[in-house]
Amino acid sequence: MMTNLAAGRAADRIMDMAADTAAEAQEMLAITDLKTHFFTQKGVVPAVDGVSIRIPEKQVMGIVGESGCGKSVTAMSILQLVSRPGRIVGGSIMLDGEELVGKSVKEMRNIRGNKVSVIFQEPMTSLNPVYTVGRQVSEAITVHRQVGKQEARQQVVEMFKAVGIPEAERRFNSFPHQLSGGLRQRVMIAMAMVCQPKLMIADEPTTALDVTIEAQILHLMRRLEEKSNTSIMLITHNMGVVAEICDFVYVMYAGKVMEQAPVFELFDHTKHPYTKGLLNSIPKPTEEKQRLYNIKGMVPNLLRLPKGCRFSPRCEYAMPECREREPELYDCGKNHKVRCFLYQKDQGGGADE
Amino acid sequence: MQNSDILILNDQNLPPDLGLPPAEDIDAELLDNETMGDRIKTMLRKNKLAAASFVVIVLMCLAAAFAPFLTPYEPNKTSLKDRLAPPSREHILGCDELGRDHFTRLLYGTRVSVMIGLFPTSVAMIIGTVLGLFAGFYGGKIDFVIMRLADVVLAFPSLLLAMVVSYTLKGGIISIFLALAAVKWARTARVIRAQTLSMKEKEFVEAARSLGVKKSTIMFRHILPNCLPNLIVLLTLNIPESILDEASLSFLGIGAQPPSTSWGLMVFRCKPFLFEYPWLAIAPGVAILVFVLAFNFLGDGVRDALDPYLKD
Repeated sequence: MMTNLAAGRAADRIMDMAADTAAEAQEMLAITDLKTHFFTQKGVVPAVDGVSIRIPEKQVMGIVGESGCGKSVTAMSILQLVSRPGRIVGGSIMLDGEELVGKSVKEMRNIRGNKVSVIFQEPMTSLNPVYTVGRQVSEAITVHRQVGKQEARQQVVEMFKAVGIPEAERRFNSFPHQLSGGLRQRVMIAMAMVCQPKLMIADEPTTALDVTIEAQILHLMRRLEEKSNTSIMLITHNMGVVAEICDFVYVMYAGKVMEQAPVFELFDHTKHPYTKGLLNSIPKPTEEKQRLYNIKGMVPNLLRLPKGCRFSPRCEYAMPECREREPELYDCGKNHKVRCFLYQKDQGGGADE
Repeated sequence: MQNSDILILNDQNLPPDLGLPPAEDIDAELLDNETMGDRIKTMLRKNKLAAASFVVIVLMCLAAAFAPFLTPYEPNKTSLKDRLAPPSREHILGCDELGRDHFTRLLYGTRVSVMIGLFPTSVAMIIGTVLGLFAGFYGGKIDFVIMRLADVVLAFPSLLLAMVVSYTLKGGIISIFLALAAVKWARTARVIRAQTLSMKEKEFVEAARSLGVKKSTIMFRHILPNCLPNLIVLLTLNIPESILDEASLSFLGIGAQPPSTSWGLMVFRCKPFLFEYPWLAIAPGVAILVFVLAFNFLGDGVRDALDPYLKD
């Protein structure tokens, strides 16, 4: 079933099976041991706790996980827009060889929208209702580039055409409420792409859209990524979306990366019990099961993390060892890493299930 | 098992030209792109009450500006033989207790009242808006200081506070300006702070931040325009209120000083004659009523035209 999901992709994408080699390509983003903690009155919440993520040039990288597992905080950490009382307490974020942690407010402002941009979940509320969409996208240019009004307008209209907005000239003067959800999301993508950033973070970009529009938007993002030099970091909880467009997937749980693998490897040889749980929770139209599978329990309160493996209280395979100490990320070959003791023995070898 | 793949979203199920799909186009007829001015014009054409109010306000302001050309009389020239004269062809609204032409004085009083209605209110609202924006946007200590200051101002009866201010400044129109500005900013600051707090959490502010827009730009270019509907409502409440406050202060002898006059002063000066010569007090009273109502109707209309969230 999962194989079906993945196999539905266009033939040329099969080439990416050997994502091992792609990982050797130049890294656009390298997050190393990032720690973003929230200092609340009740204690320190380690929302992101030692996450390492790498995105090679021109790739779509997916981060999946349940709500509250630190996906969005990781993304906001890259832009350093973590709201108080959150703070980056450690680690490094290298964007195209440039360290972002520790940059001043002014330096970061220069990077936001210019080198890293974001698409938000709700295209309804991400646009300012009092300005025309053209003016808002123009602002994205004029903030970073020394261009005149006319030139900015020209660029915006071109960008609108590139993201498939019909009658781009007229839409320039439309207000957000005059556009449908799909069009608004296209405007958001135009806004994110107009400065040709090195990295585009898409924070659940299709959650608020219906499935046909979702497919259009995903294909649009894929196409833009192929045409430009932009890497995409896609945050989602939808495994279908991951199968559609991602090259590489990180599965996060409670602030840590649990499993990471090229997308086909992940779907074909799912290793971590949590990932298996996530994949099993997708409704299967073929089986006449009455109840949908769900992972028992809830995401742990980050203030009171369980001892040992964070997933152990909910894990079907939990061993005594799991409740004692935390597993590391074990390398299973094929660029596949799993944070689970079940695969400790496989380390280094080209393990196969 | 056989038809399992059909329900799953993948390339095979979608039309092949998805590379550049036809974007859905629902609101095509809505696309006549209108500016803010256009929308107000449309509103005035549709909303007759607002249009009439607009005309009334303009006429009253023009009448005040061109008062000397509209009346042959001097506002302060007394004429004891015309004392308390009833309305006639020479004196449309009759004469007051000193024989001055009441219509003339009403015109000149309009100058003071309209100025009191517009200027201190505008000054107070500008101050209140800026302070409210800062308080809401930055929060923390800045918010605390500004809001406690507003609390202090709001804790006193505003008229009493205005009296204190204008008394220390020795009366007169200028002191009323300052007095009203000093007490009226607090309410605006509160409303704008509340609006800023809710706007700050909107995703478009987050989006602006993620584009690298400066804080001050976000505050004044992204949040402030979204407070405009609130500001217009506040303005239509504050202008009439200022006119009434000025009337009260004038009545107490701290506001407009005779022989200059204002609507409020005229109402109160003519109050003793209310039963024998009712037109004297009623004329300025009606002027206040008409002006205040016109502002309210116009304000409602403009708010409806501009508020992006009231759009259907």
